[in-house]
Amino acid sequence: MSRRKTDAEYSKTFAFKFFRWLSGTKDPYVNTVEMTPQKEYKPDKERMKWLEFEEKEAKEKVYDLDNNRVIKSYEKMYHAVAVIFCVALALLLLYTVSYLPRYGSEDRPTNNEVAERYIEQGMEETGAVNVVTGMILTYRAFDTFGETNVLFIATCCVMIMLMLEESVLESTEIFNERRYEPKNDRILQGAAYVLCPVIFIFGIYVILNGQISPGGGFSGGSIMGAGLILYATAFSFKNTERFFNEKVYKVAKITALIMYGLIGSYFYITGANGIANHIPLGIPGHILSAGIILPIDICVGIEVACTMYAFYALFRRGGL
Amino acid sequence: MNVVIILLLIFLVLCAIGVSFSHNLLNSILIFMSYSLIMSIVWVCLESPDLAITEAAVGAGVTSILFFVTLKKIRGIKLEKETEDSRIVEQEVADFE
Repeated sequence: MSRRKTDAEYSKTFAFKFFRWLSGTKDPYVNTVEMTPQKEYKPDKERMKWLEFEEKEAKEKVYDLDNNRVIKSYEKMYHAVAVIFCVALALLLLYTVSYLPRYGSEDRPTNNEVAERYIEQGMEETGAVNVVTGMILTYRAFDTFGETNVLFIATCCVMIMLMLEESVLESTEIFNERRYEPKNDRILQGAAYVLCPVIFIFGIYVILNGQISPGGGFSGGSIMGAGLILYATAFSFKNTERFFNEKVYKVAKITALIMYGLIGSYFYITGANGIANHIPLGIPGHILSAGIILPIDICVGIEVACTMYAFYALFRRGGL
Repeated sequence: MNVVIILLLIFLVLCAIGVSFSHNLLNSILIFMSYSLIMSIVWVCLESPDLAITEAAVGAGVTSILFFVTLKKIRGIKLEKETEDSRIVEQEVADFE
């Protein structure tokens, strides 16, 4: 640890002198350079008249929008050229689109051996009935890991920008929360009372059935995040803090990310080097099947739900 | 089914134009919300229900809420009639600041 310098010591350092010079509080030329004293200001009448005349003319010619022809014609031209450019661009793009192969036709370049392999052997190799989830979370697990990291970094950035200190948060709480809307809205609370459990259960269902039915980690996580936001809106942040505060947020988020990294790397290392992979695939169609897809789905779901709620809470009041 | 999809797509284009041409920011966000909702129906018609779920939750739900909160923070929502409550609250805020 470095020692804090006293003011007398600090005033002798180069940094102090440099910053004093930079901020302009002390003129370095005073008492060191010979300077001629300033002349007394004497207004010249003719020159003043000329300046006034010049200013008037400049205003009329340049700034007066009602009388200036050049600016008017320029604005008209600008709008016309903008419209023509946009229409031309749209027509060009539509012309290009007309040369693309038809939607769903056989000779599309996307219908290659990669898609064939995914569709034909995907269920066998990953054990997932839902080919999309199987593809995203096994063949392309590291892609999805990058996306999850992007979510993590995004929340970190929002936290850096919008998070308030604990003491500031408490003192501004009364004014920040519910400034415009009535407190304890009966209709909103009644609706949320019925809807919140349903939304949570649907989110958990979508996450757990990611390998069987449409959905997966991201969809289920965003549903749960939306449910959390509804709960926070209806019953205020004091009630959400009971089960979802900053500590829970940190632990859940970091644990999910690390678990995802570990599971993904285990899967890849064992798969790539021919070492036996001990994760059983199970019977396709059962909930406990498809190897690593279910745990990864849960991790992604937690990550996304935390991100959604954290965005809302940080935007709304600057703290979790 | 084809007619329904064409109608939905026309509505999508109208929404996209309406977002950029509406003068009120609140209206823009509401139109954007309806755009996402229509988009999620289009996803269902294109046989990708997982995208439809995500679009409905993120596009129509979370994104618009974030927009609303941001508008509120920058005081972009203009009340047509200033109610008694809001004036009192404004006064309180001014006193606090």
